[in-house]
Amino acid sequence: MANDRAKLTFWLLLAPLMIWLLTLIVLPHLGMFLVSLREKVGVREYETSFANYAVFFNEPLYWNTFARTAYMSVTATALTLFIGFPIAYYIAKLTRGRTKTTLFLMCLIPFWVSELVRTFGWMILLRETGVISNVLQYLGLVGGPVEMLYNDAAIMTGLVYTSMLFMVVPLVTTLDSLDDSLIEAGYDLGASGFAILREIVIPHAMPGIVSGCIVVFMLSLGNYLTPILLGGKDSLWFTGLIYNQFITRFNWELGSAFGFLLLGLSSLIVFVGLKLSRQSLGKTMAQT
Amino acid sequence: MITGIPQSGAFRWTYRAYVTLFFVYLALPLVTVCVFAFNDSVFPSLPWEGFTWAWFFGDEAPYIGVFHERPILRSIVTSGVVAFWVALLAVFVGTCNAFLFVRHEFRGKGFLYILMLLPLIIPGIILGISILVFSSSVANFLEDATGLWFDGLRPGLILVVLGQFSFITTFATLVISARLQKFDPSLEEAALNLGATRWGAVRAVTLPFLFPAMAAAGVVAVLMSFENFNTTLMLVGSDAPLTITMFDRLKLGSTPVLNAVSLLLMVVSALLGLASLLLQKRSD
Repeated sequence: MANDRAKLTFWLLLAPLMIWLLTLIVLPHLGMFLVSLREKVGVREYETSFANYAVFFNEPLYWNTFARTAYMSVTATALTLFIGFPIAYYIAKLTRGRTKTTLFLMCLIPFWVSELVRTFGWMILLRETGVISNVLQYLGLVGGPVEMLYNDAAIMTGLVYTSMLFMVVPLVTTLDSLDDSLIEAGYDLGASGFAILREIVIPHAMPGIVSGCIVVFMLSLGNYLTPILLGGKDSLWFTGLIYNQFITRFNWELGSAFGFLLLGLSSLIVFVGLKLSRQSLGKTMAQT
Repeated sequence: MITGIPQSGAFRWTYRAYVTLFFVYLALPLVTVCVFAFNDSVFPSLPWEGFTWAWFFGDEAPYIGVFHERPILRSIVTSGVVAFWVALLAVFVGTCNAFLFVRHEFRGKGFLYILMLLPLIIPGIILGISILVFSSSVANFLEDATGLWFDGLRPGLILVVLGQFSFITTFATLVISARLQKFDPSLEEAALNLGATRWGAVRAVTLPFLFPAMAAAGVVAVLMSFENFNTTLMLVGSDAPLTITMFDRLKLGSTPVLNAVSLLLMVVSALLGLASLLLQKRSD
């Protein structure tokens, strides 16, 4: 009797999980994969083939955009790491008490605001009639208005800005757990600042670096708003291509194939990152 | 804090300057957005034409403030409705998941746990299109089979809710599980010894203990739902939530109304964020 009831509870708890995962995650992705294998041969006639993937590899625009998106995301990840690491180190090691909490919370504040608002802010700053252009003219550094929007640097600025939190938080967490006396011991033994960074701090922070990099890369790769708004019409971001195939061209077969390629790349990076750092998905995600 | 390490003054000052610059970089776009909400000009840009409240309360063209701008008000309501359902569903399923993963041992648990985390690493756009493709094929199949219409499975608010729910539930599960793990099971046993039924004990002892985490998960769900863009973009129908409406406006060219909406959004999310922090503090 009691056993039956325990079983019933178990099944009742399992049901929502299974419904959620099956109908919203597993089946849609299987369905998308099947659609991506469909080739249109006539009106409402389809054949199974890899034709959509062939289109991707035969059309330079498509795979160039794909490669460009990947390359820009890697650059954005590296930049976020280089800019964020000194900040995380400062917060974790060079401040304490109230200052530390305040600085840490200040890092989080921009991310309570929608990405759209943040991007809008950058548009006001960077555009031809924008704040920075006006300030430069006022200072006499430039002769006329300068357009700083709609180029790769603008996209990069926006991507780094949007991703910063996801780098700084895991870095602060791992650096916090580094025993200060190790660093002091290093100095006492005569190591230079750079040697200590290389031999003690970075190896210890590696789990944080890896999980930060994974998350930032994923977010940049899947970003749509920042490249489209800051990069303009020719931003050539892969998510933009997916959107066009789905909404503008109504070519769901090709769009699904693109979606699967992006998902594949993003999963591959996550997998390789986890393997390299010998971490599990659960632990990495718990840190962020 | 590390003391007793010799550092040159120049180095320390450069470091401090760098940290300051970093925070200026973080604050700059947000401050700019807020400041230009009060500029008495039809473009959110310099020169500064003087202070005005018109972009909030104005009702004369071209100065139509947020509170008189119908499409924006309507999309705020739409966002609110979506956020409400997403939070409700996510907290409910998240609580069930927490009990399942914390209290039960079963075959395939590790696998299901990984599967549960997957929505975190799927790009939002991909989640959106996969749900769009799947629900459309289900709708086509059902319509062919029954001859009835299944509009709920076509792009629209129901799909937006489902799409956002599909990944926000993972966050709710993680937050609520963390709290449930700290629960002392002997409290529930005591209730059982005192004659409570199984469900009665859970309701009277465990759920009140979980409440701060559930509320925090709900607040986070509302915030994430309000801010979500990528998944929503692919699933939206004719009723657009706020982020989509603002995006369409931005593409056409912006007026300070958008600054005013953004400022309001910031205030509300700061309040909600504070609420969730306080709730989490209470649950620790």
